[in-house]
Amino acid sequence: MESIEGDAGNFQVTVRERPRYVDMDKCIACGICAERCPRKVKDEYNQGLAKRKAIYVQYAQAVPLKYVIDADHCIYFKKKGRCKACEKYCPSDAIDFTQKEKIHKIEVGSVILSTGFKSFDPRGYDVYGYGSLPNVITSMEFERILSASGPFQGHLQRPSDNEPPRKIAWLQCVGSRDLHTGCHEYCSGVCCMYAIKEAVIAREHAGGDLDTAIFFMDMRTHGKEFDRYYDRARDEAGVRFIRSRVHSIERAGPGSDDLQITYVDDGGELKEEIFNLVVLSTGLEISEEVRKLAQDLGIDLDLHGFAETSCFTPVVTSRPGVFVCGAFAGPKDIPQSVMEASAASSACAVLLADSRNSLTQEKTYPPEDPIIYEEPRIGVFVCHCGINIAGVVDVPAVRDYAETLPNVVYVADNLFSCSQDTQGLIRDAVKENRLNRVVVAACTPRTHEPLFQETIRDGGLNPYLFEFANIRDQDAWVHQKEPEKATEKAKDLVRMSVVKAALLEPIEPLLLGNRHKALVIGGGAAGMIAALDLADQGFKTFIVEQKEKLGGYAKYVRKTWKGEDGRAFLADLKERVRGHERIEVLLDTKISHVSGFVGNFTTTVTTGSAEQELEHGVIILAVGAKSLKPDEYLYGQSDLVMRWHELEKLFEKEPERLEQAEAVAFIQCVGSREPERPYCSKFCCTSSLQQAIDFKTRKPGLDVYVLYRDIRTYGQREELYRKARELGVIFIRYSLNEKPVVEETRINGKDKLKITVKDHILGIPLELQVDYLDLATAIIARGDEELAKMLKVPLNEDGFFLEAHMKLRPVDFATDGIFVCGMAHYPKPLEESIVQAKAAAARAASVLIKESVEVEPTVSVIDQEKCIGCGLCEACCPFGAIELIKVSGQGYRAENIQALCKGCGICAAACPQKAIDMKHFRDHQILAMIEAGGEGR
Amino acid sequence: MSKDIKGSVMVVGGGIAGIQSALDLANSGFLVHMVEKSAAIGGVMSALDKTFPTNDCAM
Repeated sequence: MESIEGDAGNFQVTVRERPRYVDMDKCIACGICAERCPRKVKDEYNQGLAKRKAIYVQYAQAVPLKYVIDADHCIYFKKKGRCKACEKYCPSDAIDFTQKEKIHKIEVGSVILSTGFKSFDPRGYDVYGYGSLPNVITSMEFERILSASGPFQGHLQRPSDNEPPRKIAWLQCVGSRDLHTGCHEYCSGVCCMYAIKEAVIAREHAGGDLDTAIFFMDMRTHGKEFDRYYDRARDEAGVRFIRSRVHSIERAGPGSDDLQITYVDDGGELKEEIFNLVVLSTGLEISEEVRKLAQDLGIDLDLHGFAETSCFTPVVTSRPGVFVCGAFAGPKDIPQSVMEASAASSACAVLLADSRNSLTQEKTYPPEDPIIYEEPRIGVFVCHCGINIAGVVDVPAVRDYAETLPNVVYVADNLFSCSQDTQGLIRDAVKENRLNRVVVAACTPRTHEPLFQETIRDGGLNPYLFEFANIRDQDAWVHQKEPEKATEKAKDLVRMSVVKAALLEPIEPLLLGNRHKALVIGGGAAGMIAALDLADQGFKTFIVEQKEKLGGYAKYVRKTWKGEDGRAFLADLKERVRGHERIEVLLDTKISHVSGFVGNFTTTVTTGSAEQELEHGVIILAVGAKSLKPDEYLYGQSDLVMRWHELEKLFEKEPERLEQAEAVAFIQCVGSREPERPYCSKFCCTSSLQQAIDFKTRKPGLDVYVLYRDIRTYGQREELYRKARELGVIFIRYSLNEKPVVEETRINGKDKLKITVKDHILGIPLELQVDYLDLATAIIARGDEELAKMLKVPLNEDGFFLEAHMKLRPVDFATDGIFVCGMAHYPKPLEESIVQAKAAAARAASVLIKESVEVEPTVSVIDQEKCIGCGLCEACCPFGAIELIKVSGQGYRAENIQALCKGCGICAAACPQKAIDMKHFRDHQILAMIEAGGEGR
Repeated sequence: MSKDIKGSVMVVGGGIAGIQSALDLANSGFLVHMVEKSAAIGGVMSALDKTFPTNDCAM
């Protein structure tokens, strides 16, 4: 990207496209070019641990899967006109040395910058010896070593001698939380978790006898399910966690490849230990290239090179119409990046709402050919998958065998059946040979079935007239050492698929109406933000709040950690919600019943004694959470003991209390990270430090103590930790088995508190006398079991709503049309609730814009003649998709609600009458496959 | 704010964040132009082995 001109809504962007020297339309990604290319180059994808050729694909599953010539290393470009091996051997004539750089001018309404991060480069920091000691590697290098597609095919071995290491150490905070020149003072936020994951997986690779040790300062496992993973790694996997400061890494002895780590442990003692391999947990940083781009585009950056954003508008940059997401907006992990990405798309959709659908077009398909009702005419396509299948299975033999099977009228084998040109060949074959059933024998239906279904749909066939024979994942890959047997098995699998294909039936898509309205449950910051983003895009939105006013937990946020005024933000937010013509707020209102499904929900709500029904297409859950009222540390017994924002509020209301106070203390993790509640409440460290800094700034003579287990000021919040220490806030670490003891006392006629806590460096108990104690108590779920049941969405063990996929679908549920955001999902700071709310709005909007809702039609079919109304299926169905209805004179009969059915088949398995069949997996189809499977023997 | 509003967005960077943004926008009726400096999309995540907590293959 070169430049952006114009204004929000109407930008002209200049983009420079580098030549690929490979014609993307012609390349079939066969790999012959790379095989023939004589020039070997360090492979960046494998962090330089392996070699690639000068013509290459970045990785085996790359999108687009098209080769590219690295002109910086290609012999043709280096020695003008020489070599051209790739051109000579390319079977599809795809090499084009004449390609030139192209400049594109593209008009767009808005821009999203998701330029990501680069890993910190530890070269040049002699403490670590990276670059000079071969067995000191970075975490990204270790990821590649663990990977099956990596330099050692997933065998755990170290670079110096390719021997499997028996002891591996991870060093945390490399380049992060470090004030040395070139390092970063912020916390990179992700390294603790990835180091634990790497240690656990390394142990899985190596078996039981691998010793793994993580050297760290604070263990920052602050996300959802993170602490449980940490606990399991320590207690079950046996990963050692060593709280320490590392002094140096040196060669263990002359001629040795092992490494000696010298460190100071948490008792202040100098220690040494020898390891075979050391992994540096390098942090995240913004590259010079991205900084330069931001400068050219007029985007403000913060001190560390991240895009400057506000906690209230976390995806908005300083340039209107240009949005940001992912690590460019601050160090963060995958789920947070995914949420921000959806949030940025919501911000764009709000800005460009009036021009929605103006430049896009619906994909259309040819009408279904009536030949599908004729006698089966099956085409079989057997895939080489490069050498993935063909390296083991005799593909031409399988193809020839398929030709002998009943109903098969066409066969072919393809190098890559998934490549664009093969898709064209399949379409043409369908038309030219009047095929009405298609079998592809290839990789796996898990990733590729939708692609082939789409292909035959383009060829005029119903997508369910397709059958997949899995001859890679379930054959070539598992029987690599027995090629002959693998070939026989491939034939068996093809025969079974052909038999099933002959019995396949077209299945009509299920199209349902769509109510273009949203229901947001919960009127806190998350709920209001989600509602505004939807209403601003033109969708009528209801907010149902059980309390008598809007605001939720956000009202306690006096200031964000960046120092912004939380109350002004909330006041403005409420005003925008109340004044919005498309938002209807229902206060003092409870949800009493929910029925229906995506696009067609009906929710009964009760306000006082009045009931009403709301009709809507989507639901956003934003019910929030609450803070624990503890029964320890004298809470509720002494007026001097408070929690969360109470102390701050007291000092605001009665400033003389602060003036008269000599000392205050905070205790962290009250009720969090305990066996009963093994999770971190995420923003308590930040909140307590904000208050500590505020008190200490207002009254420098005040003694402020923070009693903690790990300080978790993740990401750029680390700045608060540094500032607090600079101001003289005293941090004392305690452990779970030696909690502080709080007692009431009187000193000079004044009520005070005496706190006894063991100092971890001195190893002796300290006695603190303080005027006030503030407890950072656990954030706990509201107790949403009933609501979860009504919506048929799951809660996790801690009572928070459980999303569809922790990384890739962080605001969705498995049930379509229902989304989650804010603290209902997990404790989180305001800015992350806002991000998630916008993400939920983006996901919800993609449902609401559709004219009708299409659901997967592979649902269960109930034969009511056979049904005896026992209700087993209804009880088993996890999606509430089966209802018992009363049939006069016959008792009850089961009925399927197709829109809710996910086609899992549990009901069919449970039915004692065999009255339930699954579309596309009918009993007679499966039995025919099983019989055909036996025929080969 | 310009009166002639374009119904398209440019996403700069094809890592996991860029991909998600692009998909959400395309699924919501906007034309997306994705710009990526390397020869394939996927970003850093594509080079990770497995991811927490399910140990799913990152690919």
